[in-house]
Amino acid sequence: MKAAPFSYHAPSSVDEAVGLLGRLEDAKILAGGQSLVPMMNMRFVQPSHLIDINGLDELAAISRADGAVGIGAMTRQAALMQSDVIARDLPVMADALVHVGHFQTRNRGTIGGSLCHLDPAAELAAVAALYDAEITVAGGGGTRVVPFAEWPLGYMMPSLAPEELATEITFPLWPAAPGHAFVEFSRRHGDFAIVAVGCLMVVDAAGAISRVAIAVAGADQVVRRLAGVEAALVGETADAGTFAEASRLAGEMNAMDDAHVSAGYRQRLARVLTERALGEAARRAGAGARI
Amino acid sequence: MSEKHIITLTVNGVTHTAEAEPRMHLGDFLRLELALTGTHLGCEHGVCGACTVLVGGEAVRSCLMLAVQADGARVTTIEGIAAADGSLHPLQAAFHAHHGLQCGFCTPGMIMSLAAYLRDHPGAGEAELRDALSGNICRCTGYQAIIESGLAAARAMGGKAD
Amino acid sequence: MGARYFGASVLRAEDESLLTGHGAYVDDITRPGMLHAAFVRAEHAHALIGGIGTGAAEKLAGVACVLTNDTLPADLRDKRMAQPYPAPMLKQGICAHVLAAGEVNHVGQTVAMVVATSRHVAEDAAALVEVDYEPLDAVVDCRTAYGQGAPLVHQGAPDNVAATLRANFGAIDQAFAEAAHVVRTSDHHHRGGCHAMETRGAIGEDDPARGEATLWSSTQCPYLVRRLVARHLGIPESSLRVIAPDVGGGFGPKAGVYPEEVMVVVAARMLGRPVKWIEDRREHFTATQTQRDQFWDLEAAVAADGRVLGVRGTIIHDNGAFVPYGLLLPFTTLGPLPGPYAIPNLDVTLEAVFTNTTPNSPVRGAGRPNAAYAMERVMAAVARELKLDPADVRRRNFVPRDAFPYATGARNRAGLPVTYDSGDYHGCLEKAVALADYESFPRRQAEAREEGRFLGIGISACVEDTGIGPYEGATVRVDASGKVMVETGAAGQGQGHKTVLKQIVADALGVAFEDVRVEAGDTGRFAQGVGAIGSRTAVTVGSSAHRAASEVAATALSLAAEILELPEAGLELAGGAVRGKGDHNVFITLGDLAQRLAPMAGGAVPKGFNASLEATAYATAAGQPYASGTNIAEVEVDIATGEVRVLRYSVAHDCGNMINPLIVDGQITGGVIHGIGNALYEEMVYDPSGQPLTTNYGEYLLPLSSEMPRVDIVHQETPSPLNPLGIKGAGEGGTIPATAAIVAAIENALTPFGVVVDRYPVTPERLCALIDAGAS
Repeated sequence: MKAAPFSYHAPSSVDEAVGLLGRLEDAKILAGGQSLVPMMNMRFVQPSHLIDINGLDELAAISRADGAVGIGAMTRQAALMQSDVIARDLPVMADALVHVGHFQTRNRGTIGGSLCHLDPAAELAAVAALYDAEITVAGGGGTRVVPFAEWPLGYMMPSLAPEELATEITFPLWPAAPGHAFVEFSRRHGDFAIVAVGCLMVVDAAGAISRVAIAVAGADQVVRRLAGVEAALVGETADAGTFAEASRLAGEMNAMDDAHVSAGYRQRLARVLTERALGEAARRAGAGARI
Repeated sequence: MSEKHIITLTVNGVTHTAEAEPRMHLGDFLRLELALTGTHLGCEHGVCGACTVLVGGEAVRSCLMLAVQADGARVTTIEGIAAADGSLHPLQAAFHAHHGLQCGFCTPGMIMSLAAYLRDHPGAGEAELRDALSGNICRCTGYQAIIESGLAAARAMGGKAD
Repeated sequence: MGARYFGASVLRAEDESLLTGHGAYVDDITRPGMLHAAFVRAEHAHALIGGIGTGAAEKLAGVACVLTNDTLPADLRDKRMAQPYPAPMLKQGICAHVLAAGEVNHVGQTVAMVVATSRHVAEDAAALVEVDYEPLDAVVDCRTAYGQGAPLVHQGAPDNVAATLRANFGAIDQAFAEAAHVVRTSDHHHRGGCHAMETRGAIGEDDPARGEATLWSSTQCPYLVRRLVARHLGIPESSLRVIAPDVGGGFGPKAGVYPEEVMVVVAARMLGRPVKWIEDRREHFTATQTQRDQFWDLEAAVAADGRVLGVRGTIIHDNGAFVPYGLLLPFTTLGPLPGPYAIPNLDVTLEAVFTNTTPNSPVRGAGRPNAAYAMERVMAAVARELKLDPADVRRRNFVPRDAFPYATGARNRAGLPVTYDSGDYHGCLEKAVALADYESFPRRQAEAREEGRFLGIGISACVEDTGIGPYEGATVRVDASGKVMVETGAAGQGQGHKTVLKQIVADALGVAFEDVRVEAGDTGRFAQGVGAIGSRTAVTVGSSAHRAASEVAATALSLAAEILELPEAGLELAGGAVRGKGDHNVFITLGDLAQRLAPMAGGAVPKGFNASLEATAYATAAGQPYASGTNIAEVEVDIATGEVRVLRYSVAHDCGNMINPLIVDGQITGGVIHGIGNALYEEMVYDPSGQPLTTNYGEYLLPLSSEMPRVDIVHQETPSPLNPLGIKGAGEGGTIPATAAIVAAIENALTPFGVVVDRYPVTPERLCALIDAGAS
C-alpha cells in the first residue's frame, strides 16, 4: 500500500504555511500524520501537495493565562499527557488521552490534527466540546476564532476553509474547578471509541448540581453536547436516581448506524456511559455530592 | 511532481545522506535505501506496530512517517540496540530467555516499543505493560511470553517491576 | 546415547538472527536486477470481464510489463491452477485462473499483473489499468447459495455445491429410538483469516543457462508449491527450486498454492529479471485464503444418565469461490467427530457450498475447532437440559482411560479405522479442574452476583489428530570436522522446528546442541517433503531425524568397534566421539570416523560400510498420534454493555512426550489466544453484494495484549506408541477447544437470563440482544 505521488513542502512559519495553502491547489496539511498517512498509503486520499507543518515550533506550546489554557495546534498528544498544566487544569483531558491511540501514535499525533480530522469518536473533540473551546484559525485574510459549538459542520468536516490553518485551541476554565469524568467504551484498549462520554460537574454545598457539561463522541456523526440533559440536571440533587433519569434521556440522542455497530447499540452505550460518567464526576466534585 | 529530496539522517549512530521521494515512508526508506531490513512492515496503516523505530528516542510507527520528515533526525532500529561489542540488549536477551518470539516478525517492533516504554516507565508491571503493548500485534505467541520478557528486561534494566 | 536435550526447555537456535534484525524473510531478499509486481484485483464479487485496457499503465515510466490472461504465452492462457488434492467426492474442484479469464468470482481475485522498477510505480500503473466489468449476481451466504434458485457462483456450473461429505457409523436410528432425551443445537460458526504478521510474498528468478528457475515463497509447503507451479508451467520439478526462507507465521493459508507464486516465475522468465511480489495487508484480506462460516444443526440422543448415544445432523459449509485447498477443511471438520467422547453412533452430512467470497482454507486447527465446538455445544446442551455439572457430563462421556487404542467407529479418508492411539481424557479433565479452581467457582460466582457482577466458567475438551502422513524426511550427516548437518524439507514459520531437531539429533549422536546445524525448507537441498500443516512437523520430521541419527549412531559404533578393536557393547557415543564406557580415554571422534568413510583419491571405504557417515529417513507412521486436552475459561460479562473480559484461562494439555516444553507452552498459549480471538473478535464481514467490509485492522479485530488473559498450563504425557519418541503434535491444541470454552463461560455467567449463544464471534452488541431477550 504505497501512497500516490505528491509534492512536499516544509514551511518554517505560519505565514509561509498559510501562503502555500492559498497558492496551491489540492493541498493537505501534514501534522502528526497518524490519521492522514494511513489514508494516503491506502490511496483513499491523494493530495497533489502535502504541507508539512511539523517544523512550526511556535505551534507546539501550552500556556495558561486569563483563566484559560492555550494549546498550540501542533502540541503532541504525548506532551499533553506529560504536562503539569493539563494535569492540574484540564484533568479530563489527561483522562481522555489514555484512550487516544497508543503511546507510539501519541508521540506524533497532535491536538490540532485530531480536531481538524474530526473523527466522530475523537476524544479530544469531546474535551473541546465540554469546555466550549475556541479554535484560532489563520488564513489569507488574518485570523478568526471559532467557538467549538460552530466547529463541526458535519461528518469529519470542520469549519475550516481550504486555505486556512488551525493554530491554537483555547480552553476557558470553569471558575470553580469541576469534578470530571471520561468514560469510553471500545472493543480493545486504544481502539476508536464506539462511544465516549466526557463530563464536568459542579455540585453545591446542598448537593445540587449547579453546573454540568456532557459531551458524547462516537454516537452521532459529530461530537454532541447533550444540552437538553444538562438543562434537566441543573438544580437536581446529584444522586443515583437523578443520573439514571438523565442517562435515560441521553440514550435518546441521535445515533448513527454503520456496518459494524447499530444506532440502537450506540444509544444504549450513550445511556450507560453517561450514567457512569455522571456518577464519577459527582464523586470527584466532592462537597455535597451524595454518590 | 514528486521530485526527490536529499535527506541526511543518523541511523544507529551512522550518518547517511540519500535521496528520497516524498511519498516514501521511513520504514521503506530504512529497508530499501539503507538495507536495514530488521524493521518490518505488517500493515502500513499504523495499527500492527511491527514497523516501530525510535526517532529522537521516541517510539514511532515508521510506516506513518515520511522519510523526508526524518531529515536531520536520529533514528534507532533493531539493528542498533545491541552493544558495540555485539552483546545483546537486555530486551533481546530477555526475549531469548523467555521465548518471547516465535516467527520473529513482530519482534523488532515489540522490542523497540519496549525499549522506549521501559526507559520512561521502569517500574511498569504486567497490567501496565499489557496496555502499553496494545499497539503491537502478535499472532504467534499469545503475548504472555512477550510480557514476561518485558518484565524480565525491566528488572535487568534496573526497574522495580513486580 | 543420553537424553540430555529431549524434554528440556532448550532456548531456541532460531532466535539470534531474528532478535538482531538479521532475519531473512522474503521481503528482505534482494536479487540482482529485481523488479517489483503489483496485481490488479477484482472489484466485484461476480462479474464478466469485457476487456482490459493496459495502454496507459504500460506507458508509465518504470513499467516493464502489464500481463493479463490474454497476453500470457499461449501455453498458459486460459489455464486454471491444478486441484492440489483431488478426491472422489469433490464434485466441482474449480480452481482459479492465474489471471482471470473472462469471469471473476470474488473480490480480490487476480485480474492483471504489473511489473515495474518499484512497488510504488507498480501500484501507480495498476491504478491506470481499466477493467470493463459487467456485474453478475453474487451470493455470499452459503445457506442461500445452497438453496433453490440461488444465483450461480460460477457461470455455467450445474449448481453451487463443491462436495457433499458424510461421516456415519453405528446405528443412528436405533440410538434415537432408545434415547431418554433428545437435545438440539444450532450454531453459526465463523472463523476468520490468517493474519500472520508477515503477509504473503514471492520472488521468481529464472536462470535459463542452467535450466532452472528459483521461487522464494513465504510458504508452509515448498514441495507442494514446486509440484503445482512446475506442473502449471510444464517444466520438470527438478527445474524449479522452491525456497521457504524465514517465514513470519503461517497458520494454514500459507500452505496453499497461489496464482501469485506462478506469476512471479512467469514474469521472471518473460522479462529475464527476478520479479518480487509482496502482498500488502489490504490484499491479505481478500487474496489469502481464510476460513469463514459453517452452519451446524445437530441433535443428540441422550440416555437418562447423560451419556450421549448418538449424534446426527447437517452442516452447510462456506467454501468460498474456489477449491485451492481441496476438501481438507471439510475433511478436518467431519473427521474429528465425535471428539474425545465414546459415542457409538454418528451421522453427520456436510455440504461444501461455493460463495462469491475469498476461497476458504484451514486456519490454525482447520475444521477441528469447528468439530470440537459442535461436540462441546452438544455436551453443554446435555448439561443444561439434564441439569448436570458440565464437568460430569464430560466424565460420563469420555473414552475411558483403559480403552486405548480406541477405534471410534469412523473410517478415515484411506478407509482405515480411526483409532486414538493413547490418551487419558479423564486425567486431563481433573488436572484442568484443579488448575482452574473449578470446584470453588460457584462460591466466587455467588459472591460476585451479590456485587452485581456476572462471572461465568466454561469447560471444553478436545482431541487432535496430529502428525498426518505420509512423511517428512531428514538426512543426518557427520562431516570430517565432527559437526553434524541435518537437512530436511520441513519448513518452519516460528514453531522452533530447527531447535527441536537439534535436540533430537544431539541426543542420538552424543554431540553438543551447538554442533548440530539444520537446513530446512529448500527443495534444492532435500529431495521430497510435504509441509507444515496440521501439527505434523515435530512428529514426522522428529521421527525421521531420530531414525536417521540412530542409523548414523549405529554405523559410528560399528566402525569404531572395528577400529578400536573393542566390542560394541562396551562403547558409547558421548562428547562428539565414540568412547569406551568404562575407559573414556579410549575413543575415536565422530569427525575421524566420518573422514574414514569419505576418503579422497586412492583411499578406500572400510569394507562392509557405505560411503559417508550419514543416513536419510522418511519415517512413515502406522497411524496418527492423538493429542488431547481440556480447557477451562473464566469470564466476566458486563450486562450493561455486553463486554466480555476473560479473567482466567486454564489448559491441561497432552501431546505425549514433549521434546521442548518451552516451545509447547508457546504453541498452546498462542493457540488459545487465537481461539479467544475467534470467540470474541474476529469477523470477516461481506455485504450482500460480496463487497468485503472488514479490510483493515481498525475494522477486523485481532486479539491484543491488553484484553488477553494469562494462560495457565499443566501437562500430561501419554506417550504415543506410534513413533519411537512417543511424541504427538502441539501446534493447534490450544486453538481447538478455546472458542467453545469462552462461549460456555459466557452462557454460565448469564444463566439468570437463560442466554444460549448461537453464533460467534460474540460481540457486545449481539450479547446485549441476547441478554435483553432473556430479561424480557
